[in-house]
Amino acid sequence: MADIVIKGHRGIGDKVTGTALVAQDNFSARYDLDRIKGVFSRPAHKLCGQNYVGKILILDAAKGGVATSWMLREMAERDMAPAALLLNDANPIMAQGAAFAGLPFMDRFEEDVTVAVRDGETVTVDPAAGTLTVRRTD
Amino acid sequence: MKLTDIERAMQAGEMGPARQWAIEQQIAVGEFFDADDLVEINQVHMMADTESLGDSGVEFLEQFATLPWEERRCLVPTVTDPRGIDLESYKSLNQEEFFAERERRAIAAFKSLGVMMTDTCINYQIIMPPVMGEHLAFGDTGSVIYTNSALGARSNFEGGPAALAAALTGRAPRYGFHLDECRRGTRLFDVSFQPKTLSDWGALGGVVGRRLESYWEVPVLSGVGGMPNSDELKHFGAALASYGSVALYHIAGITPEAPDVETVFDGPLPAAEPITADNVADFYKSFGVHDDKVDVVVFAAPQLSLVETQLLARAIEGKQVHQDTSLIATLPPAVKADADRMGYTAMIEAAGGTVLQGVCFYQMYARETGEANGWKRLLSNSAKLVNIIQGYGYEPVLASMETCVDAAVKGKMG
Repeated sequence: MADIVIKGHRGIGDKVTGTALVAQDNFSARYDLDRIKGVFSRPAHKLCGQNYVGKILILDAAKGGVATSWMLREMAERDMAPAALLLNDANPIMAQGAAFAGLPFMDRFEEDVTVAVRDGETVTVDPAAGTLTVRRTD
Repeated sequence: MKLTDIERAMQAGEMGPARQWAIEQQIAVGEFFDADDLVEINQVHMMADTESLGDSGVEFLEQFATLPWEERRCLVPTVTDPRGIDLESYKSLNQEEFFAERERRAIAAFKSLGVMMTDTCINYQIIMPPVMGEHLAFGDTGSVIYTNSALGARSNFEGGPAALAAALTGRAPRYGFHLDECRRGTRLFDVSFQPKTLSDWGALGGVVGRRLESYWEVPVLSGVGGMPNSDELKHFGAALASYGSVALYHIAGITPEAPDVETVFDGPLPAAEPITADNVADFYKSFGVHDDKVDVVVFAAPQLSLVETQLLARAIEGKQVHQDTSLIATLPPAVKADADRMGYTAMIEAAGGTVLQGVCFYQMYARETGEANGWKRLLSNSAKLVNIIQGYGYEPVLASMETCVDAAVKGKMG
């Protein structure tokens, strides 16, 4: 077992550890999610059908419209949010939504985070330090 | 971030808890994007639909509504994006009373802050069009991209809470499209396709948008012939922002910051990526056809201008929508009033269509409304709508307004 530390830009929110849900796809709360059931619902999304609640969600880029900035807090207050959101490329909407929701959030990693982290791995996100630590078991 | 005296007073809570919350949000976002300071803005456009807000967002707003006027009022003119419910029509759409009650609470809270309930995503056409170089905090992607690109004003995507924060401080974090260096072209597309309809313009936006990687890209188009009008650029930009999540484009010889291609690039031009008629045809094909049945035909996203409303009214005048198909058009309240006065609403309703005001189809609880009315197979001339609505359980198809009207009458395409 070894810890792999990946540097990113300083993020938003508190340090958190959880299970990674990873895909090489993009993210929009309005376009991609059934927020009531807590699953990805957009048919073309690589995580379609998968539950994201409590997971460290790791995807490529922010997509879609502005609604996510209201939605992340609403999801968090119903305990139906991911534990953290990590993207290769954020946009303002995701940063605004994370700040509003108090959701741990980071982007701009030194490598493609959707490749560096495997689905199901345990990871620790430390936004203030700008680090992502992956607990690798092999 | 560097703060002025008044900004430090807000941060210290000297101007009340609402402005303190607002500036702390802006500092968090500004630091995330390495902003040096905040920039004063002239106008705010806020996404305020209750489907996005949820009870959580409405309760958040209601906290501020109890503050003294001087502590809660917007510091700059603030207008709203479409709402979640048309309070005059929700019952006929089988929308639940619960949603209407949430809507009434949200409206009361927004009004208490001095927000003007314009309920439109085309504020740049009908409320107070931005001025070149003006700094703004706009909150619908279509509104932002039009404002940045067609008008040369400056805004990032400011989602609901961020637009609220901007209204309360009169400022926005200075990063992204407020800065000259972020407005330079990053990709060059050579277009050999000439759009003819609004859906063609949307499809062109979709084709370019699907090729883009992130918010920070600025596509530049060359080869676009003719001079598009405001509605055509509206559909183009709304689709480009929807598929590409980008906030600025330039069209050489057409948009104000791009008299020619060379002006908007630093250094040598990137290799031009061709956009052909085949690419656009493939885009349409990617949504298929509804040659068996169409449940609902929608004209929305963006809301219709008066000119589009007239086009629709004339296209459907004297015809009758099929008994198993619904036809919906969503208008800004200001346009609806004009359409009523000029007889366009009556023409659409006489044909069996429904004209809604102050809402947009995807923002009005589309999943629940679709289930309540048996709507799944959707047809629209909006490239933006057919992108968004898939996540709400619909099977959308893109076609021109003419084809949409024809299908509404026949109950199917073809």
